[in-house]
Amino acid sequence: MTDDLIERLVKDLRPIRGAGVAARLAGGLAAGALVALAGVLFILGLRPDMPAALGSAMFWVKLAYTVALASLGAWCVERLARPAGVPGRRLWWLVVPALAMIVLSGLQLAGAPADLRRPLVMGSSAMVCPWLILAVSAPVYAGLAWALRGLAPTRLRLTGALAGLAAGGAGAAIYALHCPEAGAPFVAIWYSLGILAAAASGALLGPRLLRW
Amino acid sequence: MENYDLALTALMIAGLDGDADAYRALLGDLRRRLESYFGRRLRRDAAEVEDLVQDTLMAVHTRRETFDRAQALLPWAYAIARYKLIDHYRRAGRRISIPLEEAGSELRIEDGSAAVEARLDLEKALAMLPPRARLLLRSLKIDELSVAETAARTGMSRGAVKVAAHRGMKDLARRLGGGSDGDD
Repeated sequence: MTDDLIERLVKDLRPIRGAGVAARLAGGLAAGALVALAGVLFILGLRPDMPAALGSAMFWVKLAYTVALASLGAWCVERLARPAGVPGRRLWWLVVPALAMIVLSGLQLAGAPADLRRPLVMGSSAMVCPWLILAVSAPVYAGLAWALRGLAPTRLRLTGALAGLAAGGAGAAIYALHCPEAGAPFVAIWYSLGILAAAASGALLGPRLLRW
Repeated sequence: MENYDLALTALMIAGLDGDADAYRALLGDLRRRLESYFGRRLRRDAAEVEDLVQDTLMAVHTRRETFDRAQALLPWAYAIARYKLIDHYRRAGRRISIPLEEAGSELRIEDGSAAVEARLDLEKALAMLPPRARLLLRSLKIDELSVAETAARTGMSRGAVKVAAHRGMKDLARRLGGGSDGDD
């Protein structure tokens, strides 16, 4: 019985090229991101001042922060998608964008007149921002989960959390095309909250969705 | 042991490049390891063991792209085996004491799962012994202290430590050999 199985598997052997895991994860992430992008464009719409925003530093800061979190999260998932894989030091790199965003927010708050500080933190969409980021990240998480089910994660909760973080980062980057907020403290708080909510949801769903 | 893992890793890499003979040799070797891995844990049911061995070999095959050529093969293969074992327990609706998350971290050490499990089994077995013998054996076998260190720790003479440890081991062997045959 087992002998037959081994013969069948040997007969089925095809050479494997190097970047299989990364390619599959990138495919899942890209497919999910496309769906999320379509959702933002057709349901929420681009921010009205889009052309001007392209020239503002804050637009690019938002993108850099969220894309960095998405990439680092996905980079950790690339390890966790393998049996016995651990993210190790890759996890620590997440500190870099987080710290950079905190420092930038501190500088902006310190340099602002007292009556401008509250708007920098609260903007005009603080109460909806984390929820919308969570919603936009959902298709991205679905794409990553689809990719992971074809791979072999063995620590499903941690894998789910980091896939959620990656999805949250990507979702927030896409949401930034809609969101007109320009305060660094706003991004540091409300964007991060949405991304963390995505990571927490990912951790909750991981053991059920990522099973193979 | 380490050389052995290197040889298996080389077979796997050849297999990933399409070398059927290397791959056949690898699967044959893994099969024997898996039979003993699952056999030790599911003593009662040979059919279950074979199912799990086949399941794991299938997963090794279909998910072989997740093998990182820079890593050793056995930790990877045993992580799959352990995942399949836990999945099996879950399906069977049995409770087991090591959650999946922690199971993963043990596997960072090369072939560490076997060591950890051996240690857990030893702890369980020690619990059956009288307190003094338990203390001695824990000091010698788990903490891996020398006879002299154990003597200093317990205030016994070296000779007494040796004799008592020897009796303890015999006692343990008798209890394990003649005791219950259930594994939980």
